[in-house]
Amino acid sequence: MTENTTGQVLPTPSHTVGPFYGYALPFPEGEQVAPKGHPDQITLHGYVLDGEGKPIPDAILEFWQAAPDGSLKGAPGSLRRNPVTGGYLGRNGTDFTGFGRVATDADGHYALYTLPPGNAGLPYISVCVFARGLLHHLYTRAYLADGADPLLDSLPDGRRATLVAQPGERRTYRFDIRLQGEGETVFLEFP
Amino acid sequence: MTLTQSDIDVEINDAQNAYDKAVAGGAPVQHHPPRDYAPYRSSVLRHPKQPLVAVNSGDPETVELSGPVFGPTDITEIDNDLTVQHQGEPLGERITVSGRLLDREGRPVRGQLIELWQANASGRYAHLRDQHPAPLDPNFTGVGRTLTDDQGRYFFRTIKPGAYPWRNHTNAWRPAHIHFSMFGTAFTQRLVTQMYFPNDPLFPYDPILRSVTDESARNRLVAQYNHDLSQPEFSLGYEWDIVLDGPSATWIEEGR
Ligand SMILES: [Fe+3]
Repeated sequence: MTENTTGQVLPTPSHTVGPFYGYALPFPEGEQVAPKGHPDQITLHGYVLDGEGKPIPDAILEFWQAAPDGSLKGAPGSLRRNPVTGGYLGRNGTDFTGFGRVATDADGHYALYTLPPGNAGLPYISVCVFARGLLHHLYTRAYLADGADPLLDSLPDGRRATLVAQPGERRTYRFDIRLQGEGETVFLEFP
Repeated sequence: MTLTQSDIDVEINDAQNAYDKAVAGGAPVQHHPPRDYAPYRSSVLRHPKQPLVAVNSGDPETVELSGPVFGPTDITEIDNDLTVQHQGEPLGERITVSGRLLDREGRPVRGQLIELWQANASGRYAHLRDQHPAPLDPNFTGVGRTLTDDQGRYFFRTIKPGAYPWRNHTNAWRPAHIHFSMFGTAFTQRLVTQMYFPNDPLFPYDPILRSVTDESARNRLVAQYNHDLSQPEFSLGYEWDIVLDGPSATWIEEGR
């Protein structure tokens, strides 16, 4: 490990998740952040697309959000394991962990079942994108409403819409992620 | 047209020279690979062309400055020993991999989830889409997870993975590596990367490793052999510290 002149240590470089994470990272109920059957459940879903507009079938998305009461404390138990069989038990059905992980399917589609985030300001779900070919993950946000917001207001009109999920029937929100090209999603950095 | 290793070598060297020249001219050191790195062909249509938009991370209400938490329910006791997850012993060279998970201030990151996955000793993943004609090992899956301890330490026992071919270009081979996934105290500290083994002759040819154009950053992806971690008559030891990048709310609380 190397220290630089300011006493900070230098970061470990990122690498691509590669094509073969599929038997390691996804877990049952990764997409079911809301306790099953919860009446307030919402669905965030969409496609992940490449620079030619083709769906990406080997992306994996992670989601992090505030609980409905605004808490950012999260909770353990997203990938609760079974100490007897070594398999997954699934979430405990009551705690809200705020964390979801979903691999895209063969059509490049994902769906996340969660509760409305109660963060200050406009509600949003933070999204982290991994894929083969992506050497360093990408952050974006799925806003569940439009309105005054320091980040959205800083964007040119044409790009703002890429961060606002479109409400549909039965409490669904459509949020496509375009990695490149026309309608390219706004990706974020946190300096 | 078939793309050969020497075609890729030219591109790798051009990118390397351009980076070295820029740094010599005063440009900042890049710790991470660029997202658009043409020698790694899969990156061509999968990187954004617009610059990233900076979020004011001085605001403690920024959701990404906190992150998911994990606990003892998220792992089982043998999840960090990849050699005991089946009825029999896996084939290959037993190793231990251990080190510390740190933030940019060098402080331990405690109680956080580390996941790893890897090919078996023959260079084959237990993944249906991996059709490399090397044998699967019924006693090895190649997936592990653990939580870091109070010193930020982690420990895995596994098998040294084999190199494997891939289709980036003709005769493309990945140096032996273990995939790692880490969480910090903030979502902004998320890291997925790969750990390599010292002195692998495939390093210069691999567009994925070479995408990290800064040589000292590249060296930080290579574990060190540590004889004290080797266990007599049993396994060889490798040490690898991991440093998470990115801000977290704790930095703000401490007036950073
Ligand atoms: Fe690999």
